[in-house]
Amino acid sequence: MTAPAPAGARRRFAFNGSALTCALYILFLLLPIYWLVNMSLKTNEEILSSFSLWPRDLTLANYMVIFTDPSWYWGYINSLIYVVLNTVISIAAALPAAYAFSRYSFLGDKHLFFWLLTNRMAPPAVFALPFFQLYSSIGLFDTHIAVALAHCLFNVPLAVWILEGFMRGVPREIDETAYIDGYSFGRFFVKIFMPLIASGIGVTAFFCFMFSWVELLLSRTLTSVDAKPIAATMTRTVSASGLDWGVLAAAGVLTIVPGALVIWFVRNYIAKGFAMGRV
Amino acid sequence: MNKTVNQRAWFLVLPVLLLVGFSAVVPLMTVVNYSVQDTFGNNQFFWAGLEWFEEMLASERLHNAFLRQLAFSAIILAIEVPLGVFVALNMPKRGVWASVCLVLMALPLLIPWNVVGTIWQIFGRVDIGLLGYALSALGIDYNYTQDPIDAWITIIVMDVWHWTSLVVLLAYAGLRSIPDAYYQAAKIDQASRWKVFRYIELPKMRGVLLIAVLLRFMDSFMIYTEPFVVTGGGPGNATTLLSIDLVKMAIGQFDLGPAAAFSIIYFLVILLLSWVFYTVMTNLDAQESRK
Repeated sequence: MTAPAPAGARRRFAFNGSALTCALYILFLLLPIYWLVNMSLKTNEEILSSFSLWPRDLTLANYMVIFTDPSWYWGYINSLIYVVLNTVISIAAALPAAYAFSRYSFLGDKHLFFWLLTNRMAPPAVFALPFFQLYSSIGLFDTHIAVALAHCLFNVPLAVWILEGFMRGVPREIDETAYIDGYSFGRFFVKIFMPLIASGIGVTAFFCFMFSWVELLLSRTLTSVDAKPIAATMTRTVSASGLDWGVLAAAGVLTIVPGALVIWFVRNYIAKGFAMGRV
Repeated sequence: MNKTVNQRAWFLVLPVLLLVGFSAVVPLMTVVNYSVQDTFGNNQFFWAGLEWFEEMLASERLHNAFLRQLAFSAIILAIEVPLGVFVALNMPKRGVWASVCLVLMALPLLIPWNVVGTIWQIFGRVDIGLLGYALSALGIDYNYTQDPIDAWITIIVMDVWHWTSLVVLLAYAGLRSIPDAYYQAAKIDQASRWKVFRYIELPKMRGVLLIAVLLRFMDSFMIYTEPFVVTGGGPGNATTLLSIDLVKMAIGQFDLGPAAAFSIIYFLVILLLSWVFYTVMTNLDAQESRK
């Protein structure tokens, strides 16, 4: 434990202090989320007329609105389509590149790596307008693939960085043995190497999924109707009616669900992902 | 690790190069193009040289947005880093509770950014939000849509809520890499809690903390969605940070030339920061391989 003092009483005190700190911090994190859930289960009248810590008049009507109205639930489907597309594209492109960076040195490799990083750090606000014009001019505006490609801007560099971090943990002897055994590069990569870094690929997929899921500025700029993401559907509803708090809260709660579901599987690798493979 | 020189590795990098080139270089060139031209409509463009850059560099508006941005980044770093380290030190080291803590703490990181804004927009409202209601019940005059200070406090607390967990996760990962033997040695030496932190834990966390600080600094430097949803940059221009100002200029007022010049200046600042980040990272990697 953390307390170096040998006395049992002090150790128990220190442990309780730690637990309390953690509990307070988690309470601080969960309070706003709890309030959102609370609101999503109330009727609008109850939200506006009375103040209560839990719904007196429990209702699922707000969720029903979302699940029955196509303009709402298509928002979720659109978001999922471009997020999955983006994840697949990012990983497919990043795998060979990360292998190259982790195994070989070649002309300009360091500069290239740095250039990739600058794209992860580029403010989306800088790219919003040119993206709009670029995708409009090639007829991709308001398609899922446009958003998926735009999100590659920050997800591909991220994927390369995380995967490179995992790949350098695999000893080079494995590659060499496989080549001696007569494996071609492609067969070695798919049959031997990819299973070895399966957890790395999983974590990378999670991070691509997550960063594409939480981004709004680009996905909103590049879509109007057919590929409109859920996040943009929400903002429109706020400005249009301004009053339907219950549905807004329900929509918000539903956007948290996908992240909350997958996070359990990668809980031990989250830090490594955020540190771009460097923990 | 010694790497073999192999120029054919370029073929492996090619897909990434094309993909990112398409989504980064082409748009960036469009921006450069706009930044040196002026238009009077009808798609007619005239060469303007560096006029926009001079105008932007001298503009009061940009200076103010930049100062607000610096203040914002400095404040959230000053809060998030110590708080994150403190929480990480107090987390359970292993077992089911450690996992539960990790998952709950990572939750805010996975919420879409505009939903984060919406959550806090609702939470802070005096009529229907828990925070706003509680504060006004305590007799505190709080209204983030009218009072600039309240607006600032709201977006800072929101950012702390949103991103402190990132620092916690990284610091926690750093702490977990410390072998138990270090703590046992400290115990034998009867080192105080502070000394354990100062001479064992802090040095071991240095690498991840540097990453945390740089990531937080850069991400806060381009923050857009969350404060925009909560305050819309207001009241007045009180919370108009760099990205918000840029989008206002480019899409709201459609001042393409100045906005493009603004973008390029902004991007150069980010590029400089990225370079610092990269240098730190490669130095860390080099240190690691020497160990």
